[in-house]
Amino acid sequence: MASTSSAPLSAPLTLAFDYTRSLGPVLGAFMAGLRRKQILGVRAGTGPGARVLVPPAEYDPVTAQKLDKLVPVADTGVVTTWSWMPEPMPDQPLDRPFAWALIRLDGADSALLHAVDADRPAMRTGMRVRARWAPERVGGIRDITCFEPAGDETSAPAADPPGREDPSGREDSSGPETDFAADTVDQIVTPIRLEFQHSASPEESRFLRAIAQGRLIGQRCPVCHLVYVPPRSACPVDGVPTVEEIELPDRGTVTTFCVVNVPFLGQRIEPPYTAAHVLLDGADIAVQHLILGVPATEVRIGMRVRAVWRPRAQWGYTLENISHFEPLDAADDQPEGARA
Amino acid sequence: MSDFPDVAVVGFEQAPTVRASAGTTNGVEMLIPVFQRLLANAGIVKGDVGFWCSGSSDYLAGRAFSFVSAIDAIGAMPPINESHVEADAAWALYEAWLKLRTGEVGTALVYGFGKASAGHLRRVLTLQTDPYVVAPLWPDSVSLAALQARAGLDAGAWTEKEMAQVAVRAREAAAGRPDAQLRRRLEVDDLLAAPYLADPLRAHDCAPIGDGAAAVLLAAGDRARELTGRPAWIRGIAHRVESAHLGVRDLASSPSTVAAARAALSLDGGTGELGTWLEGLDVAELHAPFSHQELLLHAALELPDRTRVNPSGGALTGNPMFAAGLIRIGQAARQIHDGLAVRALAHATQGPVLQHNLVVLMEAG
Repeated sequence: MASTSSAPLSAPLTLAFDYTRSLGPVLGAFMAGLRRKQILGVRAGTGPGARVLVPPAEYDPVTAQKLDKLVPVADTGVVTTWSWMPEPMPDQPLDRPFAWALIRLDGADSALLHAVDADRPAMRTGMRVRARWAPERVGGIRDITCFEPAGDETSAPAADPPGREDPSGREDSSGPETDFAADTVDQIVTPIRLEFQHSASPEESRFLRAIAQGRLIGQRCPVCHLVYVPPRSACPVDGVPTVEEIELPDRGTVTTFCVVNVPFLGQRIEPPYTAAHVLLDGADIAVQHLILGVPATEVRIGMRVRAVWRPRAQWGYTLENISHFEPLDAADDQPEGARA
Repeated sequence: MSDFPDVAVVGFEQAPTVRASAGTTNGVEMLIPVFQRLLANAGIVKGDVGFWCSGSSDYLAGRAFSFVSAIDAIGAMPPINESHVEADAAWALYEAWLKLRTGEVGTALVYGFGKASAGHLRRVLTLQTDPYVVAPLWPDSVSLAALQARAGLDAGAWTEKEMAQVAVRAREAAAGRPDAQLRRRLEVDDLLAAPYLADPLRAHDCAPIGDGAAAVLLAAGDRARELTGRPAWIRGIAHRVESAHLGVRDLASSPSTVAAARAALSLDGGTGELGTWLEGLDVAELHAPFSHQELLLHAALELPDRTRVNPSGGALTGNPMFAAGLIRIGQAARQIHDGLAVRALAHATQGPVLQHNLVVLMEAG
């Protein structure tokens, strides 16, 4: 981010969040089955057209009928189509070359997406594969690490029945009385992380470069003559690019404010404190900032304030170069040119 | 017949699609010149537009409410009549078309924008998949498309050579178009000798990642005739979606595209056969971000030999996210505007492997 350049500023931006997702009875039972090393499908339709869907759908993809009859299927199956991943991307199931595949498990009529850990020449449509279970399972699709090439054997359709103390017991697990809906996972956590190169607009970049030097600049719309700070790429009133640059003083007027009493994640200042809109002298749009150096109860609309800058050594390309605004004594509140 | 007004595409402009633009992810820099050209060509000003509707994605932009910032490109004071879809702007056009059909407004401007270069597109698009049993594996969009390509190869629906021929034709069509991202001519033999990107897909089978924007002007009834000499009348428009469960879909076909086309033709009680209407089709712009998908859509719609497919070069020569579907509509309409077609079909897609498809049927006069 060289300040001598006029190219727009940009910087890496990582967005990450661990989404917690509620599962409901069908997916919840499916995930609980995976935790037991058992793959469940759901029965859709009746008679000759009946199918077993894996992964289970909550509603029939064709008829939209509600589905809830869970049935076990094997953890072996056949590849119905595949593609080769020569350079795996972050978070994918394997960190060495592998195949993505749709896999129709024995006992199922639809296919499951997963990775197959095989050599490239071994991959073919129709090949038989077997689930490789993760040693530690939490109730999620990644309880299956991946699939691997298998012989012609078919595994028992069920592993451990739900609720059974002995996880090795299999003998009566597929009996008609087994209630596969009894064991469920309520929620899964699905971390999402995306990385971006965030670009400021040319106007924002000029603003940020100026504030890195302790100056505040805005821009005037050539049509309506309103002054925007920070400058925008276009006048939101007229939709035309803003070009004329205006230097603004670091003092202004509180146009509205609120007192923050509620603590929240990432809060940097202990409540109560005041966040306000400050209309810099000569600007037509306010900037949001903090009002400190005065009890929250004494902040009022119309209050004259001035910027309190952080030490120059801490300045960067950010409005945080201004620590906060503080009340401006009437004696100091002279027009720019009249100041000593 | 119905009492609802007829609606036409009366203008289309697009920004050049480029590998990486210097602008923000809210699209303002790309949109301003597009709006200016579109309005100037129609001889109208901002205030003449009755409704604005956009398509874009905050996931792609990596920021919240990027579509609100995009409105700066319009100049939205005093307040405008505006809406947004988190989808390809072809779906924004659908909303605008509905708005015009109600008679509430007489003109609408639809726009879409995407700056895919800001992030890792193959990874961003993972978030379009089922969040419970698919997205946690982080399958990327190219790998998923490759599963579809192989399904068709295995079924004998297409060959790798035919896929390469699609790429060659796309580049030939785009050779003279400065707004296309890829224009260099290709040879089939060279393409088939190239390594796989995601076997069975090679680089030429995949749309390039790029930044772009586009806008379409719609108008109803007499207003459309005032704004252009040869409006592209929307005979019908509809969209249909397939299951989010990849493993239950027939990946080598596109029943939702066919269903959307049939539904579009039955608008206003129309009873004609799709096949009969398509017999007179001059041009089809198919939104196929992967070469095999053009072959798939071509076959699914049973397009006749006379139909010119993707004369613009299609998505393989430029596929700006959330604008590329709208561009198909604009390019197909332009064929009518320019007198090169009487009947045109445009298709737009979104979601993994042609999950959600929209079809617009247009006619001159």
